[in-house]
Amino acid sequence: MKIISNQKVWLLIGVLSLSACSSLGVEPWERDKLAKKEMLPNSAPIDAALDDHIYFSKEASSGGRSFGGGGCGCN
Amino acid sequence: MQLTDKKNVKALLLTATTTLLGTASVQAAETKADEWQFDTALMYYGETDRVTAVEAIIAGSKQFGNDEILSLKLTVDTLTGASANGAVAQNTPQTFTRPSGKGQYQIKAGETPLDDTFKDTRLQLTGQWTQPLTERDIWSIGGNLSKEYDYFSAAINSNIARDFNKKNTTVSAGVSFAFDQIDPEGGIPNAFHTMLIGDVDSSNFASDFDATRKESGDDKTTVDLLLGLTQVINRNMLVQLNYSYSASSGYMTDPFKVLSVVDQQGISQTYLYENRPDSRKKHAFFGQVKYHFDTTILDTSYRYMMDDWEIDSHTVDTKYIIPLANGHTIEPHFRFYTQTAAEFYKPFLLEGQVIPQFASADYRIGEMDAMTIGMKYGIPLSDGEHLSFRIAYYQQSPKSDGTQAVGQLNDLELYSKVDAIMAQISYSF
Repeated sequence: MKIISNQKVWLLIGVLSLSACSSLGVEPWERDKLAKKEMLPNSAPIDAALDDHIYFSKEASSGGRSFGGGGCGCN
Repeated sequence: MQLTDKKNVKALLLTATTTLLGTASVQAAETKADEWQFDTALMYYGETDRVTAVEAIIAGSKQFGNDEILSLKLTVDTLTGASANGAVAQNTPQTFTRPSGKGQYQIKAGETPLDDTFKDTRLQLTGQWTQPLTERDIWSIGGNLSKEYDYFSAAINSNIARDFNKKNTTVSAGVSFAFDQIDPEGGIPNAFHTMLIGDVDSSNFASDFDATRKESGDDKTTVDLLLGLTQVINRNMLVQLNYSYSASSGYMTDPFKVLSVVDQQGISQTYLYENRPDSRKKHAFFGQVKYHFDTTILDTSYRYMMDDWEIDSHTVDTKYIIPLANGHTIEPHFRFYTQTAAEFYKPFLLEGQVIPQFASADYRIGEMDAMTIGMKYGIPLSDGEHLSFRIAYYQQSPKSDGTQAVGQLNDLELYSKVDAIMAQISYSF
């Protein structure tokens, strides 16, 4: 069985963390577009839940956006 | 809908949901019903010649005075139809014993063996409580219960999120613990035991069948960790990056799946029940970009997953929201998925060879590409209500992992495509 190296994982976590750059962003009064419901990261949670349930039961991967699904013995 | 009718429907749904969830949200039920927001959806999923599923969701959420949010969700789904049992197609008809031991089914020459026994109804309840802890910290706790005829699952989760940099950066961490129990009718087959195929009407068939199986069910536990970062880039763009780790331990074999053992001519000799490892560790990296153009919004995400079963997968998912002149929206959707096979995936076993420690012929852990093309049409209604229709076409294309076919298997379809249609109506009020 393949062992995933810890260094590889930590390197990726490090890269993800570094991308939080404090020079990015907007002032509160510039949030007109960002404040829309459609701009939420998960703007259609019901659609996402239905899709996740299908893909969880038909493919070998799950999660990513949120916790890895499950809760069914789906065939 | 009249406003009073709407209140009545909300009150009814609220009563139903809180009754199902016990007394935990009695306090919530006593508040004004029209402060609740409900999202409902009905989805149909149908594969050509295989599984058909119908799933209904009612989700309600309410915001309280100090920005606490209670979310409750009820999901009901039913599943009927046929699922690939793992055996290979043959030039001659094949007979299989049903997983319950009660009866058999025949597969025509040249066809992928499908077990048409599947029929199940699932009920799932989800609850989540979210509240601010400080000016910039949000905490959340939730749970999930799911029950179907032969399967039970319970999970709890907790998350914490902190805002930085004028709320342009949000860092979050979460943990989830899940317990799953499977108890199939007819019990769990012993690993690599031969499927008993004889005269099901004979007096000793039932006891012979029982001898191939464990009487009790089995279970597994899963721990998930999720680290997230959301970053506002500018007035039009935000980015989400997640890392998740999942460790499962326990029974992960599919008790309904077998492997064909074939001779050098590719002729099936026996069918063996599959066996998978009792441990799986997954890492997933997820990135999402949302970009607001002048009027349209592009939502693109990518996920890379790898696990210690040697499955690697890539998923790209894109939606594009286009507002129309009449206020409606149209939203094309495209998804592409590809995965490598688990190291123990075997489309079949060869007679005379040593049986490996683990093996499964389930195409869902084999090499595969999949594609989804869909469209959503949204109609905003008065008073904040919203109606939408969604339709999608999903195609799975299983592929050879390089295993050399033998004899007649060279001329038979070992990796048949699966086509499915999804249709959904959603209504929010």
